[in-house]
Amino acid sequence: MMMNPGQLAITAHGDREIVMTRVFNAPRKHVFAAWTRPELVKQWLLGPPGWSMPVCEINLKVGGKYRYEWRRDSDGQSMGMGGVYQEIVPPERLVVTEQFDEAWYPGHALITLVLTEKDGKTTATQTVLYESQEARDAVMKSPMESGVAASFDRMAELLAAME
Amino acid sequence: MNRHSDQLDATFAALADPTRRAILARLASGEASVTELAEPFAMSQPAISKHLKILERAGLISRGRDAQRRPRRLEGKPMADATEWLERYRQFWEGNFQRLDALLEEMKTTETKAREKKRGRKNVHKSRGDQ
Repeated sequence: MMMNPGQLAITAHGDREIVMTRVFNAPRKHVFAAWTRPELVKQWLLGPPGWSMPVCEINLKVGGKYRYEWRRDSDGQSMGMGGVYQEIVPPERLVVTEQFDEAWYPGHALITLVLTEKDGKTTATQTVLYESQEARDAVMKSPMESGVAASFDRMAELLAAME
Repeated sequence: MNRHSDQLDATFAALADPTRRAILARLASGEASVTELAEPFAMSQPAISKHLKILERAGLISRGRDAQRRPRRLEGKPMADATEWLERYRQFWEGNFQRLDALLEEMKTTETKAREKKRGRKNVHKSRGDQ
């Protein structure tokens, strides 16, 4: 797939996967660092305007844990998630488990981040693999995160069929 | 994060099934009766009716006035609402990635400066060595 920097592509893949692709105008060692060093993660992984990330703990080793917490500054509403590092191959590959505090899908998900570099640009491909189709379908019903991403894909498919 | 309504949930759930998407695609070209809708699918009428009920509950389709045929037709608003929500969602990730773009630029600049400083120091040593 040919993409320009800045374009975000979200697609549903098979029964249990959701794939998100984005190109960054930077070498992959920087992208890998931005994804794995807490002081850098805290600067971008914030979500909607008005949210901050007071907790960002990363123990970057296989079997090591990570913990993220976000907070909406206006009313103190918070959201947390965490997981365990399964594979770490700097600066090209990262596999982690993901589980939200308030479970909105059964089991956990496995996230694989693959970084490829070409002409100084890095393509980041993030695949979310759910434990079962039921889990992914549950995510699909919950308009959060990747769930919506998959719905977005299905919506695009439907809109294309409607034209 | 809790902006979504039950209506949106119903819309997304309704869209998660290929048969229901095909029914919607068919209705996009005009209203149709249950019998007409069942034709292209290897499915019984009760099975199709079940899908239609889900689509109706999601507000994606409604029934026409003809009491005999009870034709189903597409309703645009829930789809428009869902699309709007998804657009906000896409913006959520775009926001994150745009911040990441800015951070990566900063990292590049910092690295270039550090390299120039290093090279500058080396040149000083070199010129001293030449003397």
